[in-house]
Amino acid sequence: MKFDVVEIRKDFPILERETQSGARVIYLDSTATSQKPTSVIEAMNQYYRRSNANIHRGVHTLAEEATALYEGAREKIAKFINASAAREIIYTRNTTESINLAAYAWARANLKPGDLVILTEMEHHSNLVPWQILQAEKNIELDFIPVTEDGTLDLDAYKALLGRSPKLVAFTHMSNVLGTINPAQEMIRLAHEAGALALVDGAQSVPHLKVDVQALDADFYAFSAHKMCGPTGIGVLYGKAAVLEAMPPFLGGGDMIKEVKLRSFRANTLPHKFEAGTPAIAEAIGFGAAVDYLSQIGMEAIAAHEHEITSYALERLEEIPGVKLFGPSADKKGGVAAFILDGIHPHDVAQILDRDGIAVRAGHHCAQPLHEKFGIPATSRASFYLYSTKEEVDLLVNGIYKVKALFN
Amino acid sequence: MDDLYREVIIEHYKNPGYRGKLDPHNISFADNNPLCGDHIQIDLRVSAEGIVTDARFDGHGCAISQASADLLLETVIGKSLDEIKLLNKNDVLEILGIDLGPVRLKCALLSLKVLKAGVYGLGEANDDLVE
Repeated sequence: MKFDVVEIRKDFPILERETQSGARVIYLDSTATSQKPTSVIEAMNQYYRRSNANIHRGVHTLAEEATALYEGAREKIAKFINASAAREIIYTRNTTESINLAAYAWARANLKPGDLVILTEMEHHSNLVPWQILQAEKNIELDFIPVTEDGTLDLDAYKALLGRSPKLVAFTHMSNVLGTINPAQEMIRLAHEAGALALVDGAQSVPHLKVDVQALDADFYAFSAHKMCGPTGIGVLYGKAAVLEAMPPFLGGGDMIKEVKLRSFRANTLPHKFEAGTPAIAEAIGFGAAVDYLSQIGMEAIAAHEHEITSYALERLEEIPGVKLFGPSADKKGGVAAFILDGIHPHDVAQILDRDGIAVRAGHHCAQPLHEKFGIPATSRASFYLYSTKEEVDLLVNGIYKVKALFN
Repeated sequence: MDDLYREVIIEHYKNPGYRGKLDPHNISFADNNPLCGDHIQIDLRVSAEGIVTDARFDGHGCAISQASADLLLETVIGKSLDEIKLLNKNDVLEILGIDLGPVRLKCALLSLKVLKAGVYGLGEANDDLVE
């Protein structure tokens, strides 16, 4: 199937709407959350209209349908990232909860005082704070792979850190600010050689790249539906079956048990062992529909389109006097362009762009330490997805000139 | 909406009259807006009668937060500490002369929050100060 952005945009009803100022919405904030195609909205709608019931254990028609849809989505997601079995897909609320699950269930049981966890300086707060909490509780050590001036990881420094026998290396596959795509496969191989497990924050990579968890050999891989055309409120922690089997449960409650007595319980098998309580059923089904949608277009085609838009955007933004871009060149990054405009705060940039319907994000993008590293409190960030166009990039560039005119 | 970046705001952002630090001072307080990373410190010099005789702000942030700090200090000099305690959200909006959505309101009110936390001698600023 040929990639046709005009046709693709028709799948996203929100792209038709106008903002308060009457301008058509120019959505350049997909790194924060993506828009949703009609097929995903409809799948959730249909579930509530036709099949709504609580899953598992029910014997009636609706419960069976709901369970089949919920578990069917898990199968689709497993296939999408090439997990070896659906039971390796644990539903969570989002990437953040997925990482917390690994921190609370795996790390709490397996790390001792003094054990080293390696993170990086470009992590989202979701892959920093859970480890800081654990550090306070278990007295583990944290160290960080530095980010170089061009926005990539210093792999020599990483190799040196590995000499200290870490127990875990946890890093982002793709930076949500710099867009940097890290060499995950090599980093995981090196982690394993040093005797560590590897956890990958895939919140930005799974939506935009073909991800194969078996080829990567990741022990844990975390991602969210809402950044990949799916709904909010549902994410996944992929874990190798053997690692998940050996872990104690995370949250306790219904569904995660095989048997409960007044003073004891036996945990359920995978994946249910980690899914306590009634889950986000409609959202899981929406997630499955999102995976169908992306698969049908093809992740390679999506990545190629984003690369084209990103290259064009970086080229056009660089031409603007006073714009400073962060992150590596287009060939090393995903669809993100974080920038500052000389003398104008990113919040003002975003607010003025909004007058023309242009949605960009301004702030530290939940990566405060990374911004501190570059000596800036905040950036403006435009990000792109399968529905983004060069015309939208042009409108962004025009908008930035307007911001400059207002302030000068 | 277009009023948001009225000339007076851009002007006070680019050429503030009260930017800097005050030494000596009687009151000094600083706080951040975690949402945007805006940071404002306010120093006050206060007479024996409890009247603010001079004031300065320092920090960084968006045009709204910085201009509002400058405009606020302009009105604060000559006021008593008791009068400052009575200032609220509406006073700042009146000084700015603009209408703000909930997100930018936090930018605009950061300076008042810092000012009142300092005047009350609080350990930490809180949002109730500007309601």
